[in-house]
Amino acid sequence: MTVPEGINVAAALLAGGARDFRSSIVGQVSRAPYCMMGVCFECLVEIDGIPARQSCLIPVRDGMQIKRQLGAPELKVTNIGEGHE
Amino acid sequence: MSEDQLTVVGGGLVGAAIAYGAARRGVRVRILDQGDVAFRASRGNFGLVWLSSKGGGMPRYARWTRDAVRLWPELHQELLDLTDVDSGLQQTGGFWLGFSEQELQKRANLLAKIDREVGDIPFQMMEPSELKQYLPGIGPAVVGGSFGPHDGHVNPLMLLRALHAGLREKGADVVTGADIVELRHDGDSREFTIKARDGQSWKSDRLVLAAGLGIADLAGHVGLYAPITTTRGQVLITERLKPFLDYPTNKVRQTHEGSVQIGSTTEDVGFDDGTTVDKIEWLARRAVATFPTLGRARLVRAWGALRPLTPDSYPIYQGSASCPGAYVAICHSGVTLAAAHAFVIGPWMGGLTEAPPDFDAFRSDRFLDPNASFSHDH
Repeated sequence: MTVPEGINVAAALLAGGARDFRSSIVGQVSRAPYCMMGVCFECLVEIDGIPARQSCLIPVRDGMQIKRQLGAPELKVTNIGEGHE
Repeated sequence: MSEDQLTVVGGGLVGAAIAYGAARRGVRVRILDQGDVAFRASRGNFGLVWLSSKGGGMPRYARWTRDAVRLWPELHQELLDLTDVDSGLQQTGGFWLGFSEQELQKRANLLAKIDREVGDIPFQMMEPSELKQYLPGIGPAVVGGSFGPHDGHVNPLMLLRALHAGLREKGADVVTGADIVELRHDGDSREFTIKARDGQSWKSDRLVLAAGLGIADLAGHVGLYAPITTTRGQVLITERLKPFLDYPTNKVRQTHEGSVQIGSTTEDVGFDDGTTVDKIEWLARRAVATFPTLGRARLVRAWGALRPLTPDSYPIYQGSASCPGAYVAICHSGVTLAAAHAFVIGPWMGGLTEAPPDFDAFRSDRFLDPNASFSHDH
C-alpha cells in the first residue's frame, strides 16, 4: 500500500482499513490499536520478520513486510553447548 | 464462637489473609486500609510460594514456612470456589541456580542444615545435565542448582483480589482511604478506639496491626514493639511470551500470562521505591546469563518495591500484654505465608484459638536483648 511519509505503521494500517492487527494472548480475540502512544500494547504486529512490534511507535518505510501477530511471540530455546564442555 | 469485633489495620496480603481467616470462622471483621499512598509491598513482590532456604537462622520459621506451603493448595481452592478468582497457584517445585562451585556448596550446606534441624524439608542438588530436563534454556554460565519440590508461585495481584473478594463474601467490612494515626485502649471497657487522620474513628474489641511499612509508631500506642526496616527490590517485566519456563526460579519466573519477571535487588536506600539504570542493567545481565534466549525478549517495565523487614528478617507475631486483644503481624513473605495467616493466625488473633505452639520465637522482645546482634537473611 502507499501511505504518507512519516506516519507510523499503526496509523498507516488503520488508514488502509485494517481492523484486526493481532489475536490476543489469553483469549485469541481480534485486537486493534487503542492508545496510539505506546502504552497499551494492542497494536502489536510482525514487521520484517520481527514479532510483536509496537506499530504505533514505528515510522513506515518502503518495502516493509507486515503480518498479523498471532498470540505471544516465541523465544527459541536451544541447548547451547550440548556435547561441548 | 466469639462475639468480638476484630479490626485489622492494613489491607495488604498480610492483613487481608488474617482478616479473611477470622471472617471465615464467623468473627465480625473490619479492615482499615490506607490506600494508594501506602508503600504496597503486596503489589511489588515476586509472587513466590517458597520454602527452600527459609529459616536458616531460625528453625521455628523454617517449620512455620513448611506448614504454610502445605496449606497453600487448600487456600487456593477455597478462594476459587468461594469467589471465582483464581490466584493461579502452581506448586510443582522451584529452582535456585548457581554460577560457581563455591556458591553451590554453600547452598547445599544451608539446605542440608535446615532439613537436619527441622525435618521434612527436602531438596535436591542438580548438575546442569539434570537441570536441563526441567529448564531446557539454562545457559552455560549455570554450573548447578537446587530443586525444592514444595516451591511454586502464584499471581500475587490475583491473590490479593481473591482475599478481598472472599472478605466481601464473608461479610467483612473493608474501609479504604483510612490513614490511621492514633490507637487507644480503655482498660475498663477493654475496648480499642482507632482514629484516622481525617477524623473518622472506629471502636473494636480486638485489633491487629498488619500495616507493613505503614506501621510507624502505632504499635507503641497499644504496648507493642515493632521495629521495622526495609530494603528495596527492583524487578523487571518482559513482554508476554509463549511459555518456555515450566518452573519458577527464585530470580526468573514466567507468569501464567506469559510475561517473564526478573528480580531482584537488595538495596539499602530508605523509603525510595524508584528504579535505577545500573540495577536494571545488572538484573538484565544476570537474567540473560541464566537463560540466554531472554536476550531477545523486550522489557516492558521495571519497578522498585520496599520489603517490610524486621531486624533479623523473621516475622513478628505478638499479642500485647498491656492492651490485651491487640496484636502485631509483620513479615516479608506475605505470599508464601498467606495460607497460614488465613487458617492459623486469623483464628488466633480473632480470639477463637490459642497462639500456635512455640510462637514465642516470633515475639519482638527478641530485639531488645542487648547481647544479640541481627542481620537480614536477605
